[in-house]
Amino acid sequence: MENRPARHIIRFVFLVLLQVLILNNINFMGLINPYPYIWFILLLPIDLSKWKTLIYSFFIGLAIDIFEDTGGMHAAASLVVGFFRGTMLRFSFGISYDFQNLKFSKTPFLQRLSYIFISVLIHHFIFFMMEYFSFSHILLVLKDTLFHGIFTLVILGIFNLFLGNQKRG
Amino acid sequence: MQQLINFFIKNKNFILFLLLFATAFFLTVQSHSYQKSKFISSTNFVSGTLYSWTHDIDQYFSLEDRNDRLKQENGKLRDSLERFKSQSKKKVLIDSSNFDQPYTFRSAEIIANRYSHKDNYLLLNAGNSDSINTDQGVITDRGIVGIVESSSSNYSRVISILNSQSSISARLKNSNHFGSLTWNAKDPNVVQLIDIPRLAPIKKGDSIVTNGRSFIFPAGIPIGKIQDFKLDEGQSYYHIDVKLFNDMTDIGFVYVIENKNREELEEIDREDGK
Repeated sequence: MENRPARHIIRFVFLVLLQVLILNNINFMGLINPYPYIWFILLLPIDLSKWKTLIYSFFIGLAIDIFEDTGGMHAAASLVVGFFRGTMLRFSFGISYDFQNLKFSKTPFLQRLSYIFISVLIHHFIFFMMEYFSFSHILLVLKDTLFHGIFTLVILGIFNLFLGNQKRG
Repeated sequence: MQQLINFFIKNKNFILFLLLFATAFFLTVQSHSYQKSKFISSTNFVSGTLYSWTHDIDQYFSLEDRNDRLKQENGKLRDSLERFKSQSKKKVLIDSSNFDQPYTFRSAEIIANRYSHKDNYLLLNAGNSDSINTDQGVITDRGIVGIVESSSSNYSRVISILNSQSSISARLKNSNHFGSLTWNAKDPNVVQLIDIPRLAPIKKGDSIVTNGRSFIFPAGIPIGKIQDFKLDEGQSYYHIDVKLFNDMTDIGFVYVIENKNREELEEIDREDGK
């Protein structure tokens, strides 16, 4: 994985703009929008210290919140993803993460899918918990997590293809 | 002491996480409570400018549709003007200074429209410097949209009727029974009217209008028509689904209503309540 900061800054700006200018206006089947900006958190350098990961995750969420008028909902959701990132990396990639020689674009498909899938699930669940803000709406939260999550996964799948091409080229 | 410091160093990530999460949680709680000054809001310079750029491009795609609506509205206004003229000829006008009506309508454009959340807000391209302030009503030619919640100098944020915290007072057009409008976050074109007593004569297709009790909207602004209704658990109030006249997913230009007498009215209302 590239550690040059410029690449991450560009990715940050690109994902925020993509989210607020295009994806927030999709409203597929009435209400469904994808939130693929967590791609930024997933692709942060593996050896980045934990407190930096937390701060970067918080700020990309907050940036989305400012545009969407959602208070701190995205910030909370992406912060949780940032917090569990290490655990998820170890769970999905196992030993190659422990030895710090993980090349994200060269990992097996299934491992990568599990990493992305779990992150999206956590992010969307926290986000919709924050949005509905009551346990009595838990069914709506789960339903939204599922539908929005599928949409986000599709978009992340497309990003994933680009990542592969970038490395080959 | 040493142990305490060690504890902090050992758990610094977790403490940072809790700190940031508390911040996010605080902002979320704040966004769930109605009408408070908010730190995180899209009326700021950066997002306002960005949204108005995209709006500048976006609006070209709907020009024809908007012109049609403006033409229709012009026709309607001309119609009522003629009717008013023919009426006023018969009357003797004594004091012309009393004809100043209390409502001022200012036009503005929606530059960010949202309807997919549980609590939705819209962003207008006009703010304090265009005399748009908190607690002014927002309508289109078809019906109501929401109430201005906060405004910066050039942008203002509107709490949409599609917001679980919004509660606008409304009444039936053909009787004076009133209730309040809420939204159950399901369909962006259907809102719920509650607290209408069961004595009220209602049937499907009846119109719902504003009732002017809140001093924000003038009375009689159209809202929607009754799509479905049922009695609530207590069997004493109706729970009515109202199909909005507005398509909330497609709002371009709006009118912001200022009620010049609002402070006076509120003062009198308060004295009355004591």
